[in-house]
Amino acid sequence: MNLLQRVWRSSLGKKYLMALTGLALFGFVVGHLVGNLQVFGNPELINSYAHFLKSKPGLLWGARLGLLATVAVHVGAALTLSAANKAARPVAYAGGSAYGSSWRSRYMLVSGLVIMAFVVYHLLHYTVQLPAVNGGLDFHSLTTRLADGTQVQDVYAMMIHGFQVGWVSLFYLIAQALLFIHLGHGLSSMFQSLGLRNHVWGPRIAAFAQVASFAVFLGYASIPVAVLTGMGGDYVKNLKKAPTTTIETLR
Amino acid sequence: MATLNSQIPAGPLSDKWEKHKFSSKLINPANKRKYKVIVVGAGLAGASASATLAELGYEVHNFVFHDSPRRAHSVAAQGGINAAKNYQNDGDSVHRLFYDTIKGGDYRAREANVHRLAEVSVNIIDQCAAQGVPFAREYGGLLDNRSFGGAQVSRTFYARGQTGQQLLLGAYSALNKMIGAGGVKSYTHSEMLDLVVVDGHAKGIIVRNLQTGEITRHSADAVVLATGGYGNVYNLSTYARGSNVTASWRAYKRGACFGNPCYTQIHPTCIPVSGDYQSKLTLMSESLRNDGRIWVPKRKEDCKKNPADIAEGDRDYYLERMYSAFGNLAPRDVASRAAKYVCDEGRGIGDTGLGVYLDFGDSIRRLGEGKVRERYGNLFSMYHEITNEDAYKTPMRIYPAVHYTMGGLWVDYNLMSNIPGLFVLGEANFSDHGANRLGASALMQGLSDGYFVLPSTITTYLANVKAGGRPATDRGEFKQAEEEVRNFTRRVTSNNGKRTPDSFHKQLGKIMWDYCGMARTETGLQKAIQLIGDLREEFRTNVKVLGEPDGLNQPLEKAGRVADFIELGELMCRDALMREESCGGHFREEYQYTPNDPEVQQGVVNTGDVKRRDDQFAFVAAWEYAGAPDKAPILNKEPLIYEEVKMSTRSYK
Amino acid sequence: MKVSLKVWRQKNANAAGEFKTYASPELNPNMSFLEMLDVVNEELSNRGEDPIAFDHDCREGICGTCSLVIDGKPHGPHKGVATCQTYMRSFSNGDQIVIEPWRAKAFPIVKDLVCDRKSFDRIQQAGGFISVRTGSAPDANSIPVPKENADLAMDAAQCIGCGACVAACKNASAMLFVSAKVSHLGLMPQGQPERYKRVKAMVDQMDTEGFGACTVTGSCEAVCPKEISLDFIARMNRDYAVALIQGDPKQVVGGGAG
Ligand SMILES: Cc1cc2nc3c(=O)[nH]c(=O)nc-3n(C[C@H](O)[C@H](O)[C@H](O)COP(=O)(O)OP(=O)(O)OC[C@H]3O[C@@H](n4cnc5c(N)ncnc54)[C@H](O)[C@@H]3O)c2cc1C
Ligand code: HEM
Ligand code: FES
Repeated sequence: MNLLQRVWRSSLGKKYLMALTGLALFGFVVGHLVGNLQVFGNPELINSYAHFLKSKPGLLWGARLGLLATVAVHVGAALTLSAANKAARPVAYAGGSAYGSSWRSRYMLVSGLVIMAFVVYHLLHYTVQLPAVNGGLDFHSLTTRLADGTQVQDVYAMMIHGFQVGWVSLFYLIAQALLFIHLGHGLSSMFQSLGLRNHVWGPRIAAFAQVASFAVFLGYASIPVAVLTGMGGDYVKNLKKAPTTTIETLR
Repeated sequence: MATLNSQIPAGPLSDKWEKHKFSSKLINPANKRKYKVIVVGAGLAGASASATLAELGYEVHNFVFHDSPRRAHSVAAQGGINAAKNYQNDGDSVHRLFYDTIKGGDYRAREANVHRLAEVSVNIIDQCAAQGVPFAREYGGLLDNRSFGGAQVSRTFYARGQTGQQLLLGAYSALNKMIGAGGVKSYTHSEMLDLVVVDGHAKGIIVRNLQTGEITRHSADAVVLATGGYGNVYNLSTYARGSNVTASWRAYKRGACFGNPCYTQIHPTCIPVSGDYQSKLTLMSESLRNDGRIWVPKRKEDCKKNPADIAEGDRDYYLERMYSAFGNLAPRDVASRAAKYVCDEGRGIGDTGLGVYLDFGDSIRRLGEGKVRERYGNLFSMYHEITNEDAYKTPMRIYPAVHYTMGGLWVDYNLMSNIPGLFVLGEANFSDHGANRLGASALMQGLSDGYFVLPSTITTYLANVKAGGRPATDRGEFKQAEEEVRNFTRRVTSNNGKRTPDSFHKQLGKIMWDYCGMARTETGLQKAIQLIGDLREEFRTNVKVLGEPDGLNQPLEKAGRVADFIELGELMCRDALMREESCGGHFREEYQYTPNDPEVQQGVVNTGDVKRRDDQFAFVAAWEYAGAPDKAPILNKEPLIYEEVKMSTRSYK
Repeated sequence: MKVSLKVWRQKNANAAGEFKTYASPELNPNMSFLEMLDVVNEELSNRGEDPIAFDHDCREGICGTCSLVIDGKPHGPHKGVATCQTYMRSFSNGDQIVIEPWRAKAFPIVKDLVCDRKSFDRIQQAGGFISVRTGSAPDANSIPVPKENADLAMDAAQCIGCGACVAACKNASAMLFVSAKVSHLGLMPQGQPERYKRVKAMVDQMDTEGFGACTVTGSCEAVCPKEISLDFIARMNRDYAVALIQGDPKQVVGGGAG
């Protein structure tokens, strides 16, 4: 058997894959967050960042495919292991169950599946930009010019518009809360799966998982919350009046 | 009458074993494969024997009634295992271990066997360390030792308070290795219910699968019993609930002699009985006596007081007072009897008045609570769980309880019983501990028998057996034995009785404890024989076993075991009655030192110490079944001839 | 005191089981939980009802035979003890106590509260040993073992093989059990030669037996009567990763010429 077969055929091997892909996804989540937080700067900041990404199709598609593969492995392992776990313990206890376990650890599959559903939605929303999933607005129509005059998509406006729709924001918040739950356990469990934990580092790792997952949650949640409480409202109002105006004229 | 030949090799004591090994026949490796050996039991003795025989190439079939070989009651041994390594450089040697064990056994063990045990003890520790047994270590990485009762050197190796568990897991791992390699076939949930004897040789067993109820026949070239001790005849003991005498007893009924059945060890440091629902007595390891001091109040009036309110001057540290050389580390029989005496005087403590204090106050003051916790933490928490008392704050309450049986099936030097082909190892045989076993020497004996002795002595028998010549299981002897097993099962499950096997067991236990316990008398024993005879009769007519014989049926299992215990109890009383002397754990009130004896006046022993009668009782009593439970068994005597040591009065003063 | 018991009754492996409720007779708070069951059983038998089958042997927390999930927790309400070391004083007069067997595919039920744990033995047979032949061992003090290692190995080796870890785990995972064994032997210098082969063999057997995977919920550690630490699982995960990367050893065929 080659290494890949050995890894995939053993429950522990799959756990390593879960941990490694989970780590990669966490890395992506953090990177993505840093990118998104630019929305709190001036609109040019995030628009030029988005434009920079799109201008490197090789890099972009490489990253996308890599992410897709990572998700596929993570989810594939999660589903097969969860099925095996369920089969291993077919009958539940009448007297209550799961003594001594944290509730977050028990809902990893649920939180994961909701995150998955969210990811699909998120891709339709901001990558495919399907008007149907955003109260009817076509994001393709939002364009603007950067300081150097390049015509680009107005990602800033897109984000504000997107989160102004109440149920959209709500769904984002729910998904982010679930990600918080997922990572609150996952980030420490990952160290255990990779064998990088002992009684000295265990509590520190658990604390790191708490802090990191909460920070990610705060970071992501701040965007819809800020928009719902008024951020960028003027910008898009102006935009509606003069749909083709450039950023400079708005300022 | 049975013929008993102890087969002790000639020559000087310390050369016997080496010479015997050299002169024993060998079987060539290609032929070993053709011999099948049944081993019943996977405690220290059975597991080590099975693994080693399989390594040598024999086809081994191992049977245990437990759900896994790892559960044998050896697992419960706490304190440690002796070996004459002299790693402490405190003057230990093979000869000293031999001498201590002979003396500890009150000169009722065979010299040659005990010397071999002491010789082999050093190899056991090597073997176990190589298996990865996590013995306690010193900071330099070398093995640590502690001291135990009946010895003035530190020769006891230990693994926290779980030495038996760790040694058993070592032997179990060796067994697993051979099961994995195909050398041993393991049968769990399989209780041996009869021995099959063909043409006078042990050639097989009848087994009931406790999960399915299926009864099967198994044939072999030799049968090894390593089925543990029979202390549960007293119902309340430190044994596991499942420990039983059935395998040995059925072998006895097929002609194997039972040696010294009345020699039982009552351990001084157990948690006292608290009520009649009690199912089990828990041992507090003897190692506690290293740092704990045993006392009772000097005055009866103080007994119900809070121990903290009893002034130092009003306490009687009776072991230190009576046995100043060994003090709290006096051997078990001595310490237990002393506890009984002070309680009989009305100075016992606790609700029942059957208890003495084991006090760590001094040690905590001297060493600090931390050190005491480090040494005995698990025992203290065990004590707390059971009694709800904190032994760091208030002294432990302890009382003697049945703990070990020195008696067992009679075996010769090769560990073979008087039925050729039937070997008996570990606690199930009678051989090495005489009338009293020293602490930490049962583990040693079990492993010595299994790893080193049997694998070499079994050839003395097998070399004369035709390879591949074992009988087929459709022979009449097998069928008949199976039928007898089925008859018993049918009889008890269809009996229209009223009482559960448990209730009989309780009643038997009470009789045994009252009349055949720490102190025995002629009239008491006669009464007990009468009572047990009645109980046997009532059991036959009035036992009730619910449920089907097929499948798991725990009351049925108990019924078989209790039936055997009842018969055994009677034999024990007969043996105790016959032995008109006191020795080790066997104490006949009629035979004790009195103030008029010169030994007492010279200060060698105390009033009330056991009084042996070497002129008449320096023999092994090997009882032979007379064909029916109500027929008086036949007494065979194997004289004990001491070549090296002089039988003398045992003194621990 | 008196309690009422809601107990799982199942005639045999293939029968469908159900809960039955029994009122206990008068109990003494100093009784152990198993002694309470003895008393209830004695009463059931006297009434002509089949007594409740349950596993037990040493009754002092070392043999690992007793089981029972008591009010949802394997081995009852206390930490660090087995069912046989649980006393009735931990319950109150009038309590209803739910008693169930270990539940796991790899531990099929035999009757009532008794299950079959042979799968544990098979994991051990796959590699839970140091291959040493009787008689071939060097002097015990010739290989010093650092005290810290010996102590840590002992922490792991204390496992009594009861299966509570499996019973507690929502995935019926045997990781705590297997890791305790792997760590014990892997921490001893004597265990080094077979260290990676051992962990591979035991984990593979564990998978074959149908135990689930670890999702680090911590239930196992919480119910373990010997309080064996999750750290050992991490330790095993490390060793197994090395074993996976190493792959199966090359087979060497044939011996040398004589
Ligand atoms: C609480 C306690 C503490 C102790 N502490 C120490 C100590 O510190 N040091 C020391 O040296 N000794 C100690 N001892 C004594 C020592 O543990 C035992 O004497 C020894 O372990 C017995 O080992 P064994 O292999 O002969 O039998 P056991 O370990 O009792 O094994 C018996 C085996 O036989 C099987 N069996 C029995 N009957 C049948 C049957 N009919 N059919 C099939 N299988 C059967 C059982 O399944 C089991 O596998 C202690 C004993 C107790 C009870
Ligand atoms: C942003 C996306 C995600 C991130 C950052 C992430 C991160 C992680 C991490 C770090 C772990 C711990 C791995 C381990 O225990 O070794 C984990 C475990 C897990 N993930 Fe995800 N995950 C994501 C998406 C998903 C999705 C879409 C699913 C859907 C099925 C999922 C299901 C699981 C499951 C079932 C576990 C196992 C829990 C465990 O073993 O403790 N995850 N995840
Ligand atoms: S009965 Fe032995 S551990 Fe509970």
